[in-house]
Amino acid sequence: MMGAAEPAIALRQPRGVPSVPHEVTAPAGPLLASRQPLLTPGGWMAFGVAAVIALGIVPLLNLAFPASHPLHISDHMVVLSGKIICYATVALAMDLVWGYTGILSLCHGLFFALGGYMMGMYLMRSIGTDGVYHSTLPDFMVFLDWKAYPWYWSFTDHFAYALALVVLVPGSLAFVFGYFAFRSRVKGVYFSIITQALTYAFMLLFFRNDTGFGGNNGFTDFKRILGFPIHTSGMRATLFALSAAVLMGMFLLSRAIVTSKLGRVLTAIRDAESRVMFCGYNPLHYKLFVWTLSAVMCGIAGALYVPQVGIINPGEMSPANSIEIAIWTAVGGRGTLIGPIIGAFAVNGAKSWFTQAFPEVWLFFLGLLFIAVTLLLPRGVAGLFRTRERA
Amino acid sequence: MREGVEPSVATHTADAGAASLAQLGMRVADGNVDTTHGPILYLDGITVSFDGFRALNELSLTIDDGELRCIIGPNGAGKTTMMDVITGKTRPDSGTVFFGQSIDVTRMSEAEIAHAGIGRKFQKPTVFEQHTVLENLELAMKTDKRVRAVARAKLSSDDLDRIAEVLDLVQLRGHVHRTAGLLSHGQKQWLEIGMLLMQEPRLLLLDEPVAGMTDEETVRTAELCVALAGRHSVVVVEHDMDFVSRIARTVTVLHEGSVLAEGPMDVVQRDPRVIEVYLGR
Repeated sequence: MMGAAEPAIALRQPRGVPSVPHEVTAPAGPLLASRQPLLTPGGWMAFGVAAVIALGIVPLLNLAFPASHPLHISDHMVVLSGKIICYATVALAMDLVWGYTGILSLCHGLFFALGGYMMGMYLMRSIGTDGVYHSTLPDFMVFLDWKAYPWYWSFTDHFAYALALVVLVPGSLAFVFGYFAFRSRVKGVYFSIITQALTYAFMLLFFRNDTGFGGNNGFTDFKRILGFPIHTSGMRATLFALSAAVLMGMFLLSRAIVTSKLGRVLTAIRDAESRVMFCGYNPLHYKLFVWTLSAVMCGIAGALYVPQVGIINPGEMSPANSIEIAIWTAVGGRGTLIGPIIGAFAVNGAKSWFTQAFPEVWLFFLGLLFIAVTLLLPRGVAGLFRTRERA
Repeated sequence: MREGVEPSVATHTADAGAASLAQLGMRVADGNVDTTHGPILYLDGITVSFDGFRALNELSLTIDDGELRCIIGPNGAGKTTMMDVITGKTRPDSGTVFFGQSIDVTRMSEAEIAHAGIGRKFQKPTVFEQHTVLENLELAMKTDKRVRAVARAKLSSDDLDRIAEVLDLVQLRGHVHRTAGLLSHGQKQWLEIGMLLMQEPRLLLLDEPVAGMTDEETVRTAELCVALAGRHSVVVVEHDMDFVSRIARTVTVLHEGSVLAEGPMDVVQRDPRVIEVYLGR
């Protein structure tokens, strides 16, 4: 390692310590490397508190206390929070490509829904003969008078294979689409429009009964997962805790990426792509890496979402959903990782309250929120807390 | 100051992308730029047209290894287009560009050309504004620049010594932790030159390096250019004639996409054709 004992300037300012930018006298001694931490001590503390709440306290209050007890957390709250945690994972994935790499995706809702559909195929197979028609085929196939599963349903009764599909299907779609789009140097709003067209095309495809994914009804009526009944408090709490663990794991992974040199190349691509090329980096490979990773994250979030809400249909692929993901990210604060997670919670929390209290005002409120954040908080909610960090 | 024709990004064709995929992972090995015959860069019969306008017209030019060459010419003479061709941003319609005896850069992507050892400073200073000075230099540093290697990269003490050396050379040591976006215009120009030096290029292309600089900064940049020549080959495109006469050894005058005159500054300055198209205006 470095000659750490020598008096020298630190390589990177610790977070929160104001730098002295106007000092012009050249300091003596060699430069000293001190790495940017994965999380600050305070960050680890907050991370630990979040882990205890999500993995311990919430499941405990939900399962161990009777419904009449004032400390009881209702199943409804657990499912709602679990759902929002999945959304937050998608917002985190969005931040990697949009906030850090400058690629505005309008197809993250598609990757999310594809992950959900792959898990949904397994859940449909798990119904067995307990469906309305008591057939080995899902009800919608019986209804269409299909006699056997289409080829792409092969092996989906194996959980491990379904998990592989959850990663591979959104991942390979993103890789192939991204390869051609980035290689042709499609950028900015043109890229966003193409991704939206992709989402729309998939939505139309999945609305068709012939596609073999249940048409506009999608998949629902799930009975069990891995042999355990799905509609129990225990399973809901388990899925909730699992979603939270996945979100926290992905947060650490994302944080590791953005604090590494790889992350600095990604932000450099966002800010001055041609300079990155003339420095000898091939932006195609970097964009493709972060784009595919982001799609896989969405797929996993979708796979956790479907067993919790109990339904997946092509409505999840609607272009409006993908736009909402961008709104969560912008509201929370792009390029901060924690911001989009906060944004997903804030917007979806507001949504579930508004759609109960004043259902007709929700869309107006969402529009107003987006305008207000854009005008007043260009760096989102997270920007309130880090005004001086790198200014 | 604007060139008559600004080449668009779209001039980079899709086949080039396919070529770069074919060479995925394959990069030009270090130090194999063959300069045994003297020159480091040969441009031969380069023609580039944009919608019928010939930005470069059968341009032929040779740069010797270690040489400091100034290229001047009126607006629209094709100076920036020439740099675009050398760095792979624009594909020529015809003609060849050889880097050393054996590397044909017209078949390579921008990133591959940069790896082979050609560094470029843009007309408008282009640094990573959200990164600190140190991070800018770290990103430019000559090293394995593939995703997997970069994900694991850490700065070694040798790397830091190299960065410190460049920081001293471009006089930014006191600003090492400043965000590049907060630097003055002249400092950004220098940071960009520093980034080029971190790439350890054999050939440096500087597009208007003293644009927007104060007189004092211009003098210091001239000293820097002279100091770099020898260790690197340096090609400077510049409008500032004071600056050019301060550093010039050989001057090439471009006009309407081809070479009008070439030689020592005082000879070129007396050339009646040059006076007519450029200096006399």
